[in-house]
Amino acid sequence: MRDVAVVGFAQRQMLEFDGSPTCVELLVPLFEECYAQTGWTRRDVGFWCSGSSDYLAGRSFSFVQAVDAIGVIPPVNESHVEMDLAWAMYEAWLKIQTGEVDTALVYAFGKSSAGTLRRTLSMQLEPYTMTPLWPDTVSLAGLQARAGIDAGLWDEAAMAQVVQRSLTDAEGNDHAVRSGGSSVEALLAKPMYADPLRKHDCAPVTDGAAAIVLAAGDRARGVRDRPAWISGLSHFIDPMSMGTRDLTRSASAARAAAGVDLTGVEVAELHAPFSHQELVLRRELGLGGDVRVNPSGGALAGNPMFSAGGIRIGEAATRIWSGEVDKALGHATSGPALQQNLLCVLDADAFGKVA
Amino acid sequence: MGKQPAAVVGVGQTHHRAKREDVSMAGLCREAIDRALEDAQLTLDDIDAIVVGKAPDLFEGVMMPELFLAESLGAAGKPLLRVHTAGSVGGSTAIVAASLVQAGVHERVLTIAYEKQSESNAMWALSVPVPFSMPVHAGAGGYFAPHVRSYIRRSGAPTHIGAIVAAKDRNNALRNPYAHLRNPDTTVESVLASQMLWDPIRYDETCPSSDGACALVIVSEDVAASSPNPAWIHGTVMRSEATTAAERDQVNPQASRDAAAALWKQAGITNPIEEIDAAEIYVPFSWFEPMWLESLGFAEEGAGWQLTESGATAMDGKIPVNCSGGVLSSNPIGASGMLRFAEAALQVRGAAGEHQVDGARKALGHAYGGGSQFFAMWVVGADKPA
Repeated sequence: MRDVAVVGFAQRQMLEFDGSPTCVELLVPLFEECYAQTGWTRRDVGFWCSGSSDYLAGRSFSFVQAVDAIGVIPPVNESHVEMDLAWAMYEAWLKIQTGEVDTALVYAFGKSSAGTLRRTLSMQLEPYTMTPLWPDTVSLAGLQARAGIDAGLWDEAAMAQVVQRSLTDAEGNDHAVRSGGSSVEALLAKPMYADPLRKHDCAPVTDGAAAIVLAAGDRARGVRDRPAWISGLSHFIDPMSMGTRDLTRSASAARAAAGVDLTGVEVAELHAPFSHQELVLRRELGLGGDVRVNPSGGALAGNPMFSAGGIRIGEAATRIWSGEVDKALGHATSGPALQQNLLCVLDADAFGKVA
Repeated sequence: MGKQPAAVVGVGQTHHRAKREDVSMAGLCREAIDRALEDAQLTLDDIDAIVVGKAPDLFEGVMMPELFLAESLGAAGKPLLRVHTAGSVGGSTAIVAASLVQAGVHERVLTIAYEKQSESNAMWALSVPVPFSMPVHAGAGGYFAPHVRSYIRRSGAPTHIGAIVAAKDRNNALRNPYAHLRNPDTTVESVLASQMLWDPIRYDETCPSSDGACALVIVSEDVAASSPNPAWIHGTVMRSEATTAAERDQVNPQASRDAAAALWKQAGITNPIEEIDAAEIYVPFSWFEPMWLESLGFAEEGAGWQLTESGATAMDGKIPVNCSGGVLSSNPIGASGMLRFAEAALQVRGAAGEHQVDGARKALGHAYGGGSQFFAMWVVGADKPA
């Protein structure tokens, strides 16, 4: 395997983006930021890949006009996944591994506020027997949280602790759309939203976009003193059916963890749009108490659909670049109740052992 | 480590119809998957990863349907990717699947592309009003008709060339048991007598709206060693250009020309018309055959129509194009590109049945999408690339 590193990252998270659902206006400045970080122009980018959802935009081919943000001539080597940024990055990583290109810029965008997000996401469900009942995302997450409480795996206080830590950490994140710690007691005093979830247990509906730059070997070393080398990259999916999987577990997350080496991870950015999902993930990934989780505040501080998973990888990378840690984990999820999960392990040392 | 060799060892497709009311989305996909796995002599247990492709989710009314389909596609407990690059998606999906093997990540990858257009109304799904942009309200035919008119003006082509393509592809489809349209009496005259829809595109020069799926099994060199007839991947390419730009040439887009140049170089081909034995080119409206022949380098600019008129693109011609009947005979949009890639593989595997080109050794699979702005192509060969 070739040594490939995350060498650039730019993000925007906001409550409401006052612009087109294609978010072209958001992407142009993000690309400019990536060029500034790398010293590249668009012609230095060997491969482009984006992530987005037509249903979020309420139209077909929503990614098509986003390509306009790249520029016109010459045409680009480009692809798109109807998935989160993290999987767009995976496709770009593959392209670099084939040896066809040495560099890639991946991006994603989503305007969650254009509709009622929790209802829009009901369209993700099994269309013949589930969607007609319109179970929304928050209600499904509530069922998952309740299952864990009933099983004695966590309680409302443990969930509030996740929120308290996340929103306190989010105070140091300029991109957070929700922040400000209080206390576990104060959080537990807030009203129920979808029992046992309170509003702060659910990620805020967030508009936004993000971009990540990848480079191989010396191209990466040319950009940064401490590139964030991808030493592990693994993703799996579970069946969707809520009735046949144990909602207190995430088999695909555990499987992804078995495919990478998490020993020595100092910081983990976990994409947990609901507080209890962080607890599920910590267990499935076997993260010890010494691993710092979501120093950015995580998805509870901002969750722009289709880029929030990739943002976790970008946040993890920045801590390698800065020298703060030597090994970090970025995680992304997709589908209802942690159905699909991706892990990206970032390392200060390149060693070409990705399997 | 460098790029690893990869080959297609399994090809499956559904019978394409306007409405496959006998199967669900999952059933449609499994029909293609099961045929591809049987062809490859593998089972789902042998598969390392699955790559799903389809065009807009609004065509079936399900957001990211691969999530609910994961289990029925056999993806549960495996990595799954979902590609969407507009009309070129079937081709792009096969390329992403190939890259999983070429990157050395997996040994056996299953890729599936589908569209069940009867689940909703494709014309409606393409015409949802969007804030901040003027709706075209034209459908694909209305969008592409001006490009065809421009081609005719630029090349001086006689106006019956499109009818030659339509008659050829509809007759080729009679040899393909999976094809949607089966119109046995199609002639140049009958095409010219059909209703004008979007001048100069007549009814018989347009593709149908189909339900259908296509699946491929793509494997590493070691696994391919046990296949009697692997189709080796000699080159893959994707190129995209922006939608909105005055300098775009939508008749012969630069992204198409760039993609072809990169593809031929990768595949070691210097003279496409001499070296390619069969071409499956994405032709949803008949006139796109001569247009793409030029863009791909099979003919000089302005001379594509002469190749078509001379009969060179017929089954027994110098460069047989769309022996399967092409998009003009079956068009499940999300799968149409993969069907082109699959037919190219069938040709070099000697497995194309009644639409087999004798002795085909190298073939082109081609797809395009959006406003003639997304391109995906591959070259497959009977021999392992040098």
